[in-house]
Amino acid sequence: MKNDFTVILGGEAGQGVESTGAGFALALARAGLHVFAVPDYHSRIRGGHNFFQVRAKDAEIFSHNETVHLVLALTREAVQVHAGQLVPGGGLVYDTALNLGTDALPSHIRDFGMPLRDIVEQAGGSKLMLNTAAVGAAAGLTGLDMRFLESVIQDNFGGKKGSEIATANLNVACAAHDYAEKHFADQFPFKLEAVEAPRRMLLGGNAAMTIGALAGGCRFMAGYPMTPGSPILEMMCANAAEFGVVTKQTEDEIAAICMAIGAGHAGVRAATPTSGGGFSLMVEALGLAGMTEVPVVVFEVQRPGPSTGLPTRTEQSDLMFVLHASQGEFPRIVLAPGTIEEAFRDGWRAFNLAEKYQCPVIVLSDHFLAASLQTVPQEAVDFEHVTIDRGSMLTPEELDALETGYKRFAFTETGISPRVPFGHPRAVFSAASDEHDEYGHIEEDAENRRRMVEKRMRKLDAARQDIFPPKSYGPAEADFTFVAWGSGYGPVREAMGMLERQGISSNLLHITDVWPFPADAVSEVLRKAKRVVSVEGNQTGQMAGLIRRETGIEVGQQILRYDGRPFSPEFILRALEEV
Amino acid sequence: MASKTDFDSPVKPTWCPGCGNFGILSAVKTALTELGLEPHQVVLVSGIGQSSKTPDYIHANGFMTLHGRALPVATGVKLARPDLKVLVHSGDGDGYSEGMGHMVHAARRNIGIVHIAHNNQIYGLTKGQYSPTSAEGTRSKTSPEGSIDRPIDPLMVALAAGATFVARAFSKNGRQLSDIVKAAVQHRGYALIDVLQPCVTFNRVNTYEWYGERVYDASGEPGYAPADFDWAMRTARIWGDRIPTGILYQVESVLSYEEQVPALRDGPVGTRPVLPLSAEKAQALKAAYM
Repeated sequence: MKNDFTVILGGEAGQGVESTGAGFALALARAGLHVFAVPDYHSRIRGGHNFFQVRAKDAEIFSHNETVHLVLALTREAVQVHAGQLVPGGGLVYDTALNLGTDALPSHIRDFGMPLRDIVEQAGGSKLMLNTAAVGAAAGLTGLDMRFLESVIQDNFGGKKGSEIATANLNVACAAHDYAEKHFADQFPFKLEAVEAPRRMLLGGNAAMTIGALAGGCRFMAGYPMTPGSPILEMMCANAAEFGVVTKQTEDEIAAICMAIGAGHAGVRAATPTSGGGFSLMVEALGLAGMTEVPVVVFEVQRPGPSTGLPTRTEQSDLMFVLHASQGEFPRIVLAPGTIEEAFRDGWRAFNLAEKYQCPVIVLSDHFLAASLQTVPQEAVDFEHVTIDRGSMLTPEELDALETGYKRFAFTETGISPRVPFGHPRAVFSAASDEHDEYGHIEEDAENRRRMVEKRMRKLDAARQDIFPPKSYGPAEADFTFVAWGSGYGPVREAMGMLERQGISSNLLHITDVWPFPADAVSEVLRKAKRVVSVEGNQTGQMAGLIRRETGIEVGQQILRYDGRPFSPEFILRALEEV
Repeated sequence: MASKTDFDSPVKPTWCPGCGNFGILSAVKTALTELGLEPHQVVLVSGIGQSSKTPDYIHANGFMTLHGRALPVATGVKLARPDLKVLVHSGDGDGYSEGMGHMVHAARRNIGIVHIAHNNQIYGLTKGQYSPTSAEGTRSKTSPEGSIDRPIDPLMVALAAGATFVARAFSKNGRQLSDIVKAAVQHRGYALIDVLQPCVTFNRVNTYEWYGERVYDASGEPGYAPADFDWAMRTARIWGDRIPTGILYQVESVLSYEEQVPALRDGPVGTRPVLPLSAEKAQALKAAYM
């Protein structure tokens, strides 16, 4: 069997499982294959068991799955955890120095024990390069042309300083490759072969969103490190000098969002990245942005809660939280991208929406979307269609004509009050978290209050024109209609393909823009559906509840996952069979 | 050039007659005027409390934010527009209780903000609870038997955190306060001005008379050494029969935070046009993932 392959690299934290796995994924992408890679790691720096799963195919794929062909085990625990996942004929690579005892291995798999430590040593590598040896062996077993792996090693370790390390890694990879090829390649039926394809990108949701933010003119980011949101801050910091972005690691998440609000108020496109726990601290300030109509973007990358929860794992349980966070009522916009393309798009679009409607915009992602690496065509990161819309601003003529002061919070039909360049001599104003009049002065008058509440909330109606309806995938009519949001997209698409091969038709309604809720579009599809099944990563069916609230439609069946692990297509099918 | 009345707001203060805030309001306007600043060049950021209403009563760019959060909001403003003068008005509850964590960090990063803390040793807006600067044993609505907490010394905290400008003033001594505000606005980096201010309604101990008998101008004393950290620490601790006022510490040798941010080398990020990325930069971003 060729070019339909999943490998798991497993080991301890500190053994470079994720970085090496990602390197192997990139090599496969450079070989023209479609790749989907998922990291799985514990919340610790050393020890424990981590693994990195890479799936590659010569056709489009949407997620990982549970069919594993090769396990590269750097520890005994990796053998114990993953050997049983292998398909019949699947191979287990491990270091013979681990002294496993062969009876420990299931009978349906192939034993590719190798003297990995010796191979590394003889090739002049350090013991840290066991990981490189393992992926070299994978190339040897599958027949993957070594030039792809070599190019990645060169890029990752090369450069002036690291050329010696690059050479050592190259030697280690080649030695392991040669050993595996010579001793075991003929016993391993699963092969990888480069195919002609346009060069694709390999990236995760966090990276796509950050690139989107840069493209959308984000020039201020303040944040406090929290998994899995911090890579957005790190990547922004790495690009800060080049792109002229002010970045600030803050004393806490309250300061982070407050700084972003201060910068947003002063006319910069500003954002803060976090996860649910950090967002909890930001809640009061979210209301400040709502009340003072300051554009600000929050990237909320979900992980399982409550409280500390499972820091390095995934869940979609903050939906209702972000929809309702903060006291009182104010407009907000919530976007939940499900693909790399959407993550990039929402990364820049969020800033347009925030400035156009002068309100907080929350981009709700999760660990699975943020950290999984996927190949996408280069066009998915589509700079050509990026637009910059700063919303309603007073013209220079209107500014000059200001006689009686500037009404920052002027009552208008849409609720949107034109902004001005901050600090303009003719448009000096103050803003208050207290209720205020059109000029921004504190005002408790009942009539003014009523009009201000309505003015602010009218912006939400206006924003509906910019909300994308959910996207439908699959045949127009089907036995099952799945409803998913955010990162549920990929596993459901895979499950649909598997159902189709069983002769069962299904389609998907994928909700990306969550608030204001696209009720009419959702309703239109679901009313016609034969059987609706929602798929979401939480225990209470938050999206199903929102659909019921906003459309009156009761979702018949819910497939829920809340063990901290991402959906796999097989999980969805098993759950479907149970009912 | 602006005159003092250019900073007048149409809004009449809602403070009690005789409130110490009036003295601060006037002294700040005098300082801004004497510095030759125009209202649009000034940003006043506040938290929540009676003191935090100050931006409503001065015609300048104002932002009345959340209880305790004025400093981080002001930091965002300053990092967006380092060309503007950013002043924070907070109270002892707002700035030293809810916002104390932010003060420590603003001080250590030496961000160019003038922090004017209206310190009346009591909560006014919420009507009479003891504050972090209330003396031990203060009887208030939430400490009817006398407060057990010992008061915080904000000047020592600021000094310990690395503040480069620390001053104390009395709201009634307008000339001195104006001069301190002027020096703070011209200072490189974070400046804390703790302004002792009587609350005529809820604080019957720390009155105008009480302060009047105690405050003295430290700069007029022999041995005045505001560049000497140890002197400043010793002087900041003096509280009782005599209370020193004036600039107690100032060093100009520390760069401000905003001076050191790479993205601000080409000027304020807040006044730059927002443009799509060049094809070259876009391609470079993509190339890292191929």
